[in-house]
Amino acid sequence: MSADSSTSKETVNPTVDGSELIRFDKVTKRFGSHVVLDELDFSVASGKHVTLIGPSGSGKTTILRLLMTLMKPEEGTIKVGGEYLTHETKNGKLVPASEKYTREVRKNIGMVFQQFNLFPNMKVLRNITEAPVQVLGLSKDEAEQRARELLELVGLTEHIDKYPSQLSGGQQQRVAIARALAMRPQVLLLDEVTSALDPELVAGVLDVLRDIAHTTDITMLCVTHEMNFARDISDQVLMFDSGRVIEAGTPEKIFTEPEHERTREFLSAVL
Amino acid sequence: MMTSDFITAWFLPGLWITVQITVYSAALAFVIAFPIGVLRTSPLWIVRFLAGTYFEIFRGTSALVFMFWMAFTVPMLFGFSFLPMAAGVLALGMTYGAYGSEIVRGALAAVPVAQREAGVALNFTKGQRLRKIEIPQAWPEMLPPFNNLLIELLKGTSLVSLIAVADMTFAGNLWRLVTAESAPVYTVLLVVYFVLAFLLTRGMRLLERHAKARIGQAPEKVGLLGGLRSKSSIDAVTGTGGAK
Amino acid sequence: MNWDWSNVEDFMPHFWDGLLVTLQALAWGTLIAFSLGLLWAIAQRSDQVWIRWPVTAITEFIRNTPLLVQLFFLFTVVPEFGPTMSPLTTGIVGLGLHYSTYTAEVYRAGIEGVPVGQWEAATALSLPKRRTWTAIILPQAIRRVIPALGNYVVSMLKDSPQIAAIGALDMLGEAKGFTQATFTYEAISIVGIAFIVIAYPASVLLRVLERRLVR
Repeated sequence: MSADSSTSKETVNPTVDGSELIRFDKVTKRFGSHVVLDELDFSVASGKHVTLIGPSGSGKTTILRLLMTLMKPEEGTIKVGGEYLTHETKNGKLVPASEKYTREVRKNIGMVFQQFNLFPNMKVLRNITEAPVQVLGLSKDEAEQRARELLELVGLTEHIDKYPSQLSGGQQQRVAIARALAMRPQVLLLDEVTSALDPELVAGVLDVLRDIAHTTDITMLCVTHEMNFARDISDQVLMFDSGRVIEAGTPEKIFTEPEHERTREFLSAVL
Repeated sequence: MMTSDFITAWFLPGLWITVQITVYSAALAFVIAFPIGVLRTSPLWIVRFLAGTYFEIFRGTSALVFMFWMAFTVPMLFGFSFLPMAAGVLALGMTYGAYGSEIVRGALAAVPVAQREAGVALNFTKGQRLRKIEIPQAWPEMLPPFNNLLIELLKGTSLVSLIAVADMTFAGNLWRLVTAESAPVYTVLLVVYFVLAFLLTRGMRLLERHAKARIGQAPEKVGLLGGLRSKSSIDAVTGTGGAK
Repeated sequence: MNWDWSNVEDFMPHFWDGLLVTLQALAWGTLIAFSLGLLWAIAQRSDQVWIRWPVTAITEFIRNTPLLVQLFFLFTVVPEFGPTMSPLTTGIVGLGLHYSTYTAEVYRAGIEGVPVGQWEAATALSLPKRRTWTAIILPQAIRRVIPALGNYVVSMLKDSPQIAAIGALDMLGEAKGFTQATFTYEAISIVGIAFIVIAYPASVLLRVLERRLVR
């Protein structure tokens, strides 16, 4: 792994060698006049686990939401697996992507949300099987087989026949992880997945994610305030501030000898 | 004429007509309300505009005037006529369908954005999101205002008596002419309408419990004497409200 | 299809007469509905069961039965015991009474929306009950429900042609009379369009008002 990025004074554009899976190219995202991401460049190599840290409002979650096509960037392009995400090439020209094209590229991406966002109208099993059946065209049996394996992985086999409202937050989040994995994505986006949980439920969810990080080759992009977890699973940590990556490196380096003043301030505030 | 004869000859058939008109117009209103309500949430402005135009026109329409127009003007203007009952059902169904579309739109708009996002993250198509996620979740929210609308519709069926459909109100008017006893006749009529409204509410509450249980929610407890109306942010009479 | 504009021209004087009657019915009906509804709403919060219960029962009954039958009732039954009322007066009473049961619900929601702290503050200041209602609770409650009340005025407008069934000469009454007298058919179309033309801007206005007042 590379990640030991250059260190110009103000911004850092980390590049990762190996096969590049995600690339942001001069991506700008604004909300009104507020610039959330400012010509952001960065890339993630296939199979790597990257954690985004930084103060709230620094644009970390926006990156995940852009990748999931829940928002569109104002400028710049995003590529996933070499394909444009929000644009497509037609007759050699770059045009905004059609829904059909976007869905094709989006197949490779899964996301786990802060608030779980399970479907309250479906039981646990159907929450997991619905998309594989409807979107990937799996047979019901195949999808259920897959769901059972994943529920075993997240330790919730006995809750297969319950509604989300009957589960604790930690259990719901584990179902949500299983639901995302059932789509066999190349990239898993984790958006502050433990922030909405009661403290005693956090460990269970993080254990599941550690397990996945260590036993699969799935690429993870993770926004979290759990610094110990970030240290455990990450190959690379990116420090964000005001819409830019100001420092990047291995967890050891970032957490033990951060170079940038803002990184030091941030870490001393959260650790 | 003996009162008991009158009841079997006019009042009970009238009651049956009232029930039929309620069922037919409710079915028509439902069939109109759903697509119009869904189209009013479309991302395409032209679709929203056209569906919204239907809503605005029929929300501004007086059901009785529209019914008269269907029954008396259409035959003269276009040279064909509906059966009086069909004119009544069409007028009621089309107006109440417009109110119903507001219920559908409001309930769909009230489904949390996060649910749509979860659907995107799992790569569902728009149609799949609507069918599998948004409508099933909005449905239990639609039932209480639908209940109120259904009661309004039941009350509205009495208007068909004015275009010579022999419903319960028509029978009541006839009965009064025969017996010249206004107070008992109209009191009975009002009580029967009230009982019908009560039965409708019971049925709708049952449906609501069933729908809520299906999405894993516990239904609210409502006592037997709790009002006939369901509490809802969407107003069935004025066709306004719900999440914007 | 053979639309005859000269029939429209002949009808227009009757139309304006009818419009005037419709607006009269609406104005007086609104006045009754707004004031009687407030009375119901306050009565429904009474400490006395023998006030609360009958008022609730009566308003539920009126709200869940057809206005048309209520109009027939008022027009034929009331003169047997009390005063004989003209069709228009009966119509106004009927519309006002019927819609007062809806406005009562609106007021009730508005009153329930006033924070409990406001009642407690009034108690803490030892304000008399009447003063608490008129100076503290109602001003806060009513401001929020004005758009909802307005929406019921629009609904009342659309129900107002039912008073033609007891012989009032509102827009529909005039149109019916004209149609039967002349064997023409333009009049009802004109009246139908008139309702849309009045109701649409009114509801647009109310939506603007709602955005201003309810936050």
